[in-house]
Amino acid sequence: MSHDAIHSQAHDASNVTNPEHAEHHIVTPLQYCYVFATLLVGTAITVGAAYVDMGVLNPIVALAIACFKACVVILFFMHAAYQTRLIKVTIASGFFVFLVLITMTLTDYLSRSWGLW
Amino acid sequence: MDSAIATTHTHDAGHAHGEHEHVVLPQHRHHFETEEQQREAGSFGMWLFLLTEIMFFGGMFFAYLLYRNWYYPAFAAASNQLNVPMGAANTAILITSGFCMALGVWAAEVRQKKTLVITLILTTIFGMAFLGVKYFEYKEKYELHHIPGNNFSVSMFVNPQNYPQYPDTYAEKPLAPDMAQKTQIFFFLYFAMTGMHALHMIIGIGLLVWLIMRANRGDFTNGYVAPIENFGLYWHFVDIVWLFLFPLLYLINRHPLH
Repeated sequence: MSHDAIHSQAHDASNVTNPEHAEHHIVTPLQYCYVFATLLVGTAITVGAAYVDMGVLNPIVALAIACFKACVVILFFMHAAYQTRLIKVTIASGFFVFLVLITMTLTDYLSRSWGLW
Repeated sequence: MDSAIATTHTHDAGHAHGEHEHVVLPQHRHHFETEEQQREAGSFGMWLFLLTEIMFFGGMFFAYLLYRNWYYPAFAAASNQLNVPMGAANTAILITSGFCMALGVWAAEVRQKKTLVITLILTTIFGMAFLGVKYFEYKEKYELHHIPGNNFSVSMFVNPQNYPQYPDTYAEKPLAPDMAQKTQIFFFLYFAMTGMHALHMIIGIGLLVWLIMRANRGDFTNGYVAPIENFGLYWHFVDIVWLFLFPLLYLINRHPLH
C-alpha cells in the first residue's frame, strides 16, 4: 500500500470527507468569456422576442430564456457544475421547494372562486 | 490571516518524506479533516443562505404572478410605461459586473493580486452604474406620480391619448378608473422587487469595498479564496434575480397591442 493511501486512511477511515474525490476545479477566463457572450446574446434575444406577438407564448418564451440564463450563471459563474453531489442536490432542492410552494399556493388561489371566471 | 504561509506537517521519520507533504494553510480550521471538506462546508453554508434568499424574493415573485393574473389590463398598461432600453442596458451592465466578479474568483484561485483587485473594482463600478441607471428610472416614476400612495396619478392610464411622448402607453386602450387604480399594485410590486434587488446590490457594493481593501493587502491570494468565492455566489445570485425581474416587469407585455 502506498504512503498516500495510508495517510488518507488514517485521516479519513470511512472515506466520508470527500467520497467523490472531488478535485478543486478552477474555471478558466476563456470559459467565463463564453458564458458572458451567451448571457449577452440571451439578453438580446429576450428583448427582441418581447416585440414579436406570440400571444400567450410571450411570457413563456421570456421565462424560458430567463431560466436558461439563470442555469448558465448557476452552472458556470457559480461553479455548480464542478461541485459535489451534496451541493448540486442542495441547489436543486431549493428551486424545487420554491416551485412546490408556488404550485400549492396557486391551487388555493385559483380554486377559491371556481367557476366565477 | 495575514501571514501568508504555510507550515509543513512532518510525518514520522519512518515514512518516506518529501513525496507527500501535507501543507496546512493558516485558514484551514482544525475541525475540518481536509481542505476540500472545509471548502465544501463553506459553499454548502453559502448555498443554504441563498436558498433563503430564493424564498425571500420568491414571495414577491408569487405576488406578482397572482396580481398580474387578477388585474391583467392594469399590469399590462403599467408595465408598458417602463423604459425597456434602460432595463436592457442595466441587464447588460449587471451581466458585465458578474463577469468581472467571476474573473475575480479566478484571479484569487491563481493568486494574482493585482488582477483580483482590478476585477473587484470593475465589479463595483458596474454595480454602481446599475444603481445609477436605476436612479433615473425611479426619478421618472416620481415625476409621473407613479409612486403608490396619496400622490399616485392614474391619468396616464385613464387618458393614454394625452401622452404621445410615451409611444407604448399612447397605443394602449384607456383603462376604466377602477382598473386604472390597480396599476398602483403593479408599481408597488415594481418598487418592492427592484428596491429589494437594489438594496442587495448596495449591501454587495459595501462588501466589495471591504473585500477590495483586504484583497489589496493580499489576504485572498495566498490560497484563502473562500470569501471571494462566497461573495461571488451572492453577487451572481443578485444577478439571477434581475435576470427574472427584467422580463417579468419590463418585457412580457410588450407585444404589439393593437
